[in-house]
Amino acid sequence: MVVVKAQIHAGGRGKGGGVKVAKTRADAEEAVKRIFGMQLVTPQTGPAGKKVQRLLVEQGLAIDHEFYLGMLLDRATGRVTVMASREGGMDIEEVAATHPEKILKESVDPGLGWQDYQSRRLAKQLGMTGGAAASLTKFLRALTRCYDDMDCSLLEINPLVTTKDGQVLALDAKINFDDNALYRHPELNDWRDPSEEDASETEAKKWDLSFIALEGNIGCMVNGAGLAMSTMDIIKYYGGQPANFLDVGGGATAEKVTAAFKIITSDPEVKAIFVNIFGGIMKCDTIATGVITAVKEVGLKVPLVVRLEGTNVELGKKMLAESGLNIVAAADMADGAQKVVAAAKGGAK
Amino acid sequence: MSVLVGYDTRLVVQGMSGSTGAFHTKQAIEYGTRVVAGVTPGKGGSKVAGLEQIPMYDTVDEAVQLAGANASVIYVPPPAAADAILEAAAAGIELIITITEGIPARDMVRVKSILDRDYPYVQTVGPNCPGVITPGQCKIGIMPGYIHKPGGVGVVSRSGTLTYEIVHQLSTLGLGQSTAIGIGGDPVKGMDFIDALALFADDPGTSSIFMIGEIGGDSEERAAQFIKDNVKKPVGAFIGGQTAPPGKRMGHAGAIISGGKGAAADKIAALKAAGIAVSPTPAEMGKTLAALIR
Repeated sequence: MVVVKAQIHAGGRGKGGGVKVAKTRADAEEAVKRIFGMQLVTPQTGPAGKKVQRLLVEQGLAIDHEFYLGMLLDRATGRVTVMASREGGMDIEEVAATHPEKILKESVDPGLGWQDYQSRRLAKQLGMTGGAAASLTKFLRALTRCYDDMDCSLLEINPLVTTKDGQVLALDAKINFDDNALYRHPELNDWRDPSEEDASETEAKKWDLSFIALEGNIGCMVNGAGLAMSTMDIIKYYGGQPANFLDVGGGATAEKVTAAFKIITSDPEVKAIFVNIFGGIMKCDTIATGVITAVKEVGLKVPLVVRLEGTNVELGKKMLAESGLNIVAAADMADGAQKVVAAAKGGAK
Repeated sequence: MSVLVGYDTRLVVQGMSGSTGAFHTKQAIEYGTRVVAGVTPGKGGSKVAGLEQIPMYDTVDEAVQLAGANASVIYVPPPAAADAILEAAAAGIELIITITEGIPARDMVRVKSILDRDYPYVQTVGPNCPGVITPGQCKIGIMPGYIHKPGGVGVVSRSGTLTYEIVHQLSTLGLGQSTAIGIGGDPVKGMDFIDALALFADDPGTSSIFMIGEIGGDSEERAAQFIKDNVKKPVGAFIGGQTAPPGKRMGHAGAIISGGKGAAADKIAALKAAGIAVSPTPAEMGKTLAALIR
């Protein structure tokens, strides 16, 4: 007996038909044919789904029980926390929402690290006995070290199983790494699978831009994560839909702004662009230079609304006005949002 | 009156010889901040171009003992920033403001644990924050000074550029600020909303407060409860990321909606239940507070 599992960067694969148990060789071949190459849609992939290009074929086991195990940073305590539950193999978010008491928690002391007694305590509360309890201690000693050594930001094993003969095994795992610590783990870059990542997001990463592709038609270029999120909010408030989240960051150069602008304009859905900048470190003339350069290189086929405020604002506005480009100036954020929403609607006709 | 920083602040800049550190040190001095020393390991005794009047030391110990520094701002690059925070605390600095963006979470978990254990009296702000300013007295960080105006509104925010936005709106409406504190958006940080709110609640120079939160975590909910129980002054608020799709990273490592926790709607409901006026859009933050206090 084997289990055939689709390997994509998203959870909820069982629900989408990406996991099949096969009792015979013929069953297994059938399952591989069905899953390999399919467009797998799960609650985490979005409606378009993801193409399955890798499979994991796993040995069938005499499973005694399925558990959930997770590790992540608890922001309230500032400590990494191990979460475990007897309700494994199913929707853990649902358990967390309806039966929070069924999720056990143990935090890792930042100075001392994980202690074996914490494993024994969890084993007891999870109802593991004998060989399985001893295996869990060994398992968690290694897992907590892995989380720390590898600068993980999320480590989830669902299900973690105990077998009839007392083993503890991870049947699956999802690991996220702390982007800020990637410089300590250059080897992780080799594991990157570009086919699992959005092309625009990959390009943005090259320029150290914070970018997320969304479903709407208004391209956004903003400085600062909070202002970028709020710009999306205000666009929606006035009836528009943002095509992306883009934070050019504080210390952006004109080249970086140009790259950002190109990424936005490469999305064929974009019907209008809103540049919303409150310059602190980011100087308004730098933004203006970047925008003008980008427009000269790639052209401007949709309306562009620009709101500038902050350091060197007068110089930035003057440069844009004298550039001869077709730019709509906005007095403030609300004015800009209304203008860009109107422009996107006009352009969509 | 004000909180955290003012005329008495004697600032040491850790990482002053770097381009970011040097640029913002010049801006701070121009604004009137008393910068008494710079620290970069290995650069003690040297001069930073344009800042020749500021003595450079190898250690924060020297900046405290020889130049009388009582507050530190950190512009050190991410790999060395956690170490720089601990050095400042060990040297006896009681206010440490970390501007550096991109410090690994693991490093900050360790820093927080050591600070809580060995230096519980030290106030830390950040990392990944714009800094702290008391308009007309002292500017520490990367905010544009000219948008601020002395007055009675205490500002506390998780987002940098939204802090500039609210300050600009307030100043335009003729409402000055007592102190504006950017606490930063990282998951592990120093001062949180509650710490800042407690300072503003006790400060006679602060007559009203505006706080800017973000999706992710539950510090806004805890702040709402704190305000309900402890703050008698009028409070306005805004929550960024109301339309963010769940589970997507939005720039700040802290702003992730996960496990049904940290959604904007929950935060707004908690704030409203505590009697706080919540601005519907980021463009109306100033007006929201003005309507409350006029």
